[in-house]
Amino acid sequence: MSSRTIAGPARGWEYVIGLEVHTELRTATKLFCGCPNAFGEEPNTSICPVCLGLPGSLPVMNAQAVDFAIRVGLALNATIQRSQFHRKNYFYPDMPKDFQISQYDVPINANGHLELPSGAVIGIERAHLEEDTGKLVHRGGGGRIESAEYSLIDYNRSGVPLLEIVSAPDIRDPEEAKEYVAELRSILVAVGASDGRMEEGSLRVDANVSVRPVGETQMRTRVEIKNLNSLRSLTRALEFEGRRQVQLYEDGEAMLQQTRFWDEARAVTGALRLKEEANDYRYFPEPDLPPVAPDPLVIEARRSELPEFLSTRRAQLADVLPELSRDLRETVITDECWPYLRAALDANITPHRAVARCANELVALLDEIGALSPSRFVEVLALEDEGKLGASQVKVLLREACLDPLAIPELVAKLGFTASDADAVKAMVAEVVASCTQEWSRYLAGDEKVAGFLLGQVMRRYGRQISGSDARQALTRLAEEARAESS
Amino acid sequence: MTYRIDQADVAHIAKLARLSLSDDEIDSYQNSLSRILEVIDVMNSEDLSGFAPMDHPLETVNLLREDLVVPGLDRAEVLEAAPSAEDNYFRVPRILGSS
Repeated sequence: MSSRTIAGPARGWEYVIGLEVHTELRTATKLFCGCPNAFGEEPNTSICPVCLGLPGSLPVMNAQAVDFAIRVGLALNATIQRSQFHRKNYFYPDMPKDFQISQYDVPINANGHLELPSGAVIGIERAHLEEDTGKLVHRGGGGRIESAEYSLIDYNRSGVPLLEIVSAPDIRDPEEAKEYVAELRSILVAVGASDGRMEEGSLRVDANVSVRPVGETQMRTRVEIKNLNSLRSLTRALEFEGRRQVQLYEDGEAMLQQTRFWDEARAVTGALRLKEEANDYRYFPEPDLPPVAPDPLVIEARRSELPEFLSTRRAQLADVLPELSRDLRETVITDECWPYLRAALDANITPHRAVARCANELVALLDEIGALSPSRFVEVLALEDEGKLGASQVKVLLREACLDPLAIPELVAKLGFTASDADAVKAMVAEVVASCTQEWSRYLAGDEKVAGFLLGQVMRRYGRQISGSDARQALTRLAEEARAESS
Repeated sequence: MTYRIDQADVAHIAKLARLSLSDDEIDSYQNSLSRILEVIDVMNSEDLSGFAPMDHPLETVNLLREDLVVPGLDRAEVLEAAPSAEDNYFRVPRILGSS
């Protein structure tokens, strides 16, 4: 039921994209030691023998990191299983042990899926626990690794818990990749596992991308683009890489399986020239960590504590308002808006009205929401539904209900809206036009220009109590009735 | 005699482990690594179909610690012990290209 047109890298070509999202888990301490998991501290202030890889130090798994992994696994509809840790061996100074403790063939979460706002379902192959690496700063040669004279290392990030979430190659264009990351991010934040701050590196994306002629079912040689740290970089890098690969095929050149990086300033991907040969990580089981086997009772308890996700809200809205536009829907299902809309729908407020008041008035008031609780919001909308208040009065009343905690009926009285249900407004307008017989006849005869004069008269007398738009509505209705009677 | 591992593999493993081996040492490791692989062949020849695969030699699982901060090491002391340091960072030779 995908509601979007997929955009290929060139006419007749399509993308095949899989994403690896590394998310830093929001624990108090690192994955295997009690050093603080903090961002932006002075370099090398959160370090100990374990995260410095000093001889004789031993890792001990952080219970909270396991708990977050379980919550994310549940949210991604994955199987949560007994899992094991491996050493991924490589020689690089960001990892002082010369290996990274990760999960290899038996990750804690496997075989999940994520439904996107478009309705597309993206498979999740795995979501596994591993430790983050230290941060490098390159000195000399313009700060680039390939031309630097030497490098500096901050090990504060070394050992910070990561959950690496690996999608199936189900993503078909850069826009969908962006949608996937945004949706995943909202889930990670909702379960409390991540702060979702891409700009601080809390969420880092590697993209595996290949292209193929539309209709071809096999996958072609893929390229991995590393460290895409914003949604904008992600889409731009994928677009560039898609065009580059199509060009290579069309020119009859060889496609190499390689790792590339995204150069934001030049807006190109470039090959990483590492000294290491092809990946030879020599994974072997980590003898210092016993398996993690989540208790089924704990898993069920965590399942019952899962928050409500956007996909659930979309489904609920689709039941009441199947034709709702995507923009409106995405505006009203946010955590800020949704409690108000849900309360309104539960109170049987006309769904269209509830959505419109949430998307327009409520969203504009969110910063000053103060005393406007969902139940007060519903009270106001009910008055509109019953015809007791006009649209523009509702706007004024909603703003007032934020600022002033008085009960809604008292606020209505305070604003002078007492005699202002639709019939009352009509009575006021009728009274005024009765005294302007000449203009009224011209208006009935179709002279729209005279409406301004008539409304001016109405507002002069009743402007404190009724709004211009309600008066206009009443005027239109009166005229319709008068014409119906005379015909 | 025929070895279970050839000299190129030994050289490759040594390189990954950052070991510099002489030709004699490569001969010697080829011999000893081959013997290890032969022992593994013996183990593989046993019928183990009645045993579940082990994921760890110990039966312990879920050895977890609470998510509580404990004091770490003093930066000045650690950097003092490092081969090279600068501006409160560890300093290492250039990573790519020849140093």
